[in-house]
Amino acid sequence: MAKVLIYPATSLILSDMVTRFGHTPLGSAIAIRERVQTPGLESVPLQITPEEPKKGLRWAAVEVPSGVRGRMSLYGPMVEECDAAIIINNADLAFGCMGCARTNELLKFLIRQKDMPKIELEYPRNEAEGTQFVAAIKRFLSDLGGKK
Amino acid sequence: MTEYTPANVGTVTRYVVVESYTVTPADVAIRAYEIAKGVMVKENCFGLVIMGKEEDVDRVIAEVRKMDPAHIFVKDRGFPPGDPRRCRATLGGARPGFHGIEFEMEILPYISHALEELDSRDAATIPAPKNSLNVPRLDVYTLKKMIDAQEP
Repeated sequence: MAKVLIYPATSLILSDMVTRFGHTPLGSAIAIRERVQTPGLESVPLQITPEEPKKGLRWAAVEVPSGVRGRMSLYGPMVEECDAAIIINNADLAFGCMGCARTNELLKFLIRQKDMPKIELEYPRNEAEGTQFVAAIKRFLSDLGGKK
Repeated sequence: MTEYTPANVGTVTRYVVVESYTVTPADVAIRAYEIAKGVMVKENCFGLVIMGKEEDVDRVIAEVRKMDPAHIFVKDRGFPPGDPRRCRATLGGARPGFHGIEFEMEILPYISHALEELDSRDAATIPAPKNSLNVPRLDVYTLKKMIDAQEP
């Protein structure tokens, strides 16, 4: 069972596909759950404390805004941990503020840099594209050693 | 800053999203309650939120998925159900994150159709989708032409 990083990291479809075909999805919920369930100082709503931008320095330089570094403290460890990745390009779902946009760019860059199996797709716009989309993900995940 | 003591440590929370024309979230909720044993089940407009020990949650999800495998989808959630930091009962408006699910729910019928088709077809026989990086976009030159073509 491989750990598959999904992008957009909150995607329901990718998370479900990865679980359905026998692997473990790595998305934002996992990182947020870890923080929400760890005791420390209260920092609502996401328990992102001033420590996070410091941890983010591992993946982004010090002149990069703290918002990007803080977000990278969630995604960076997952990029290092993952065995494979699925990216959906041009996803409207991933639209956000400038902090999100720059983090998304950095995240995709780090995924593309890492030597591991990866697949890049777009959201389907009709049934034919939907079949190609799911078949491509199924083939990719089967090659990682999941369920046939 | 005050001290933070987390609740529900060691549990997992998962969304079950129902996009089916034969099964409703209420049907799925009743089935989940029947086998819930130690698991918290909350019904909402698009499906369920299930919280508990990972193996128990997975057991309930595996069982409810059988009701309509191609139309029931599952994803992880970071917060427990009804958490005041996320619940719309305390915040008002749609819960942050709902819009993402709302966006993907428009695509779910295509995914369900594909999953049903792949039950009878080999995925290897289906051509790969177009390379997403080669899909032509509206470039700035075309946009400039369109702007210039506008009547003053």
